[in-house]
Amino acid sequence: MKSMTVKKALGLLRKHDISPIELVDMCHRRLKETTNLNYMVHNIPSQLLHKHARIAEQSYVKGSSKALDGIPVAFKDNFCMRNIPTTCASRMLLNYKPPYTATMVEKVAQAGGIIVGKTNMDEFAMGSGSVDSCYGPVVNPWNFALNLQGQESILDEESSLSDWFISGGSSGGSAAAVAAGACLAAFGSDTGGSTRNPASYCGLVGLKATYGLLSRHGMIPLVNSMDVPGIVTKTVEDSAILLNAVAGHDVRDSTTVQEKYAPFEIDDTFDVSKVYVGIPREFHTPGLSPEVLKLWKATADALEQAGAKVAEVSMPHAKHCLNCYHVLCCCEVASNFSRYTGIEFGLRCGSEESTEDLYAESRHHGFNDVVRGRILAGNFFLLRRNFDRFFLKAQRIRRLISNDFKAVFSSGIHFLLTPTTLTDAPSFSWFSQKDNRTRSAEQDIFTTAANMAGTPAVSLPLSNSQRGLPLSLQLMGPHFSESRLLSLAYWLEQQAHFQHLDLDFLDRK
Amino acid sequence: MLRVACKRLRVFSTRLDCLFNFQHCAKDFKPAALYASKVPDKPTVDSIDYDSLPELPEIDLALVEQLERISLVEFNNEAGLLRLREAVKIANQLHLVDTDGVEPMDTVLEDRECYLRSDNVTDGNCVEDVMSNASKVEEQYFVAPPGNIPMKKRDKDHLSNILGKKEEEDEDS
Repeated sequence: MKSMTVKKALGLLRKHDISPIELVDMCHRRLKETTNLNYMVHNIPSQLLHKHARIAEQSYVKGSSKALDGIPVAFKDNFCMRNIPTTCASRMLLNYKPPYTATMVEKVAQAGGIIVGKTNMDEFAMGSGSVDSCYGPVVNPWNFALNLQGQESILDEESSLSDWFISGGSSGGSAAAVAAGACLAAFGSDTGGSTRNPASYCGLVGLKATYGLLSRHGMIPLVNSMDVPGIVTKTVEDSAILLNAVAGHDVRDSTTVQEKYAPFEIDDTFDVSKVYVGIPREFHTPGLSPEVLKLWKATADALEQAGAKVAEVSMPHAKHCLNCYHVLCCCEVASNFSRYTGIEFGLRCGSEESTEDLYAESRHHGFNDVVRGRILAGNFFLLRRNFDRFFLKAQRIRRLISNDFKAVFSSGIHFLLTPTTLTDAPSFSWFSQKDNRTRSAEQDIFTTAANMAGTPAVSLPLSNSQRGLPLSLQLMGPHFSESRLLSLAYWLEQQAHFQHLDLDFLDRK
Repeated sequence: MLRVACKRLRVFSTRLDCLFNFQHCAKDFKPAALYASKVPDKPTVDSIDYDSLPELPEIDLALVEQLERISLVEFNNEAGLLRLREAVKIANQLHLVDTDGVEPMDTVLEDRECYLRSDNVTDGNCVEDVMSNASKVEEQYFVAPPGNIPMKKRDKDHLSNILGKKEEEDEDS
């Protein structure tokens, strides 16, 4: 499983060296072996998986296989699947079974992908640790390989699980599922870094595509103007395979762009010497760990030594990203979350004597503190007397941030290289010392900018920290530059030889 | 010629391995001797001039009641109120930025025409689907309790420490 990637699996399936049923069973066994990581909140029953696997098998026998035939894929629990519980890890939606299916899910299924389950997350994708879920926190699969003392003790004795590394969030379940080997690829969502952050902490490639490239239809919204589906895979090539299978215009999402999407393959002859890479100086912030800084420098130097032009650039408004994101997010949340009343769907509890009381009580019991806090703050910023002062102010700053990107890319810079996170995966005990807002502000510090500007960004693991956890960097490019962005990411990946998490010993038990 | 190139490539690739696997060979590797890295050594630190910021708006009982009424969620406890205070404090720092003459940005797709489908019916006959998630229905209607009944007013004793001197008004109401 360790070395099994989407690309490799497709090769083996085509040569009939492995059958879709075997592949699905391998993933299912791994899921069973790692349930204590709590990354999956709804499993598709194995009979159904086998049914889909047999259909995929037929395609391979007939030689008419599709892009993802037989590939096990998981979805974050904020993607709607018809008649399958879709909860956003919130008590509000525990009883919700959508009457329709998200476009991303539909496209994966149409391409032959086998959907194995729904993954755990921060409630309504609000968070950066996957610890604020009504199902409890997600545990980083790397805990299997090491513990806080760096000794070789693992999670098999649950009693010894006093402290552990978090998976990052909010799509922590999706990242953990891929890292553990319960699927070969997973979808998350990325509003301020929610796919790249857990990908970084779990040693995976996390892609946030250009806003408008992937359909949001059926992905339960957090911040409509920034949400994009995210792709989590082990390798850059896999990321491209998944992107090709799902990208393009969707008549059900008017914010997807109408140009025809041109599928691409990773260019393994990509000429790095023709690339101009910018290092935004404002992304070296206080709190950046020496290990991440060292990796950042080593990578920038490696690019330069390979002939790329590397230059320090300035994005003067980047430092206001988090505060700006904070206001815009609360405002869109206040508006978006008014749909949860308990009447048409979702939790309904409390007084049946007054509509308002019923709404208030249902929302009180349905939402956690984080969600309630953002709704209240959002409604404060949207009050008539505050609208200009906070909401429009934040929207103005958003333009300045977006202009920073435009200026850098029009100056000749092709890509930006930055850290994804300040450190390697934090421990649960450290992470839970501060509240969700404080942690989100630290955790999303390098990732929100791409959401503000709508640009594509990819986080990729390149090295390990001293305690053995993955360390990652982020590449960002101009709108719709995915093919070149991933080709550069592939080049870096090839140089780095990052060792993926090896849990194959679990199968031998 | 080719042999030289191959040799150089090999040297190059081992050096790159070294760059990335620096935990094993960090001691041998001294990039500074070869290149002045373009990644800045020191973080960019901005000292925030808090005195230049506008005063924070006051959070009083009237505001709390208004926000709870329009949000239809309550401030559970003092922590919730402190969370709002903190959120406003953070937002206030936006005023460090001069935005004179800058237009607000709603969406990154502002320069494009978004897709509008033609006004044709594309689905329907899905009443059962639409109603399937409602806890209470009658004859294909959603059921809600009577409207026009304002929320019960709850006392705000649990917030009194933060709302401070507003306690008296609370008793009056």
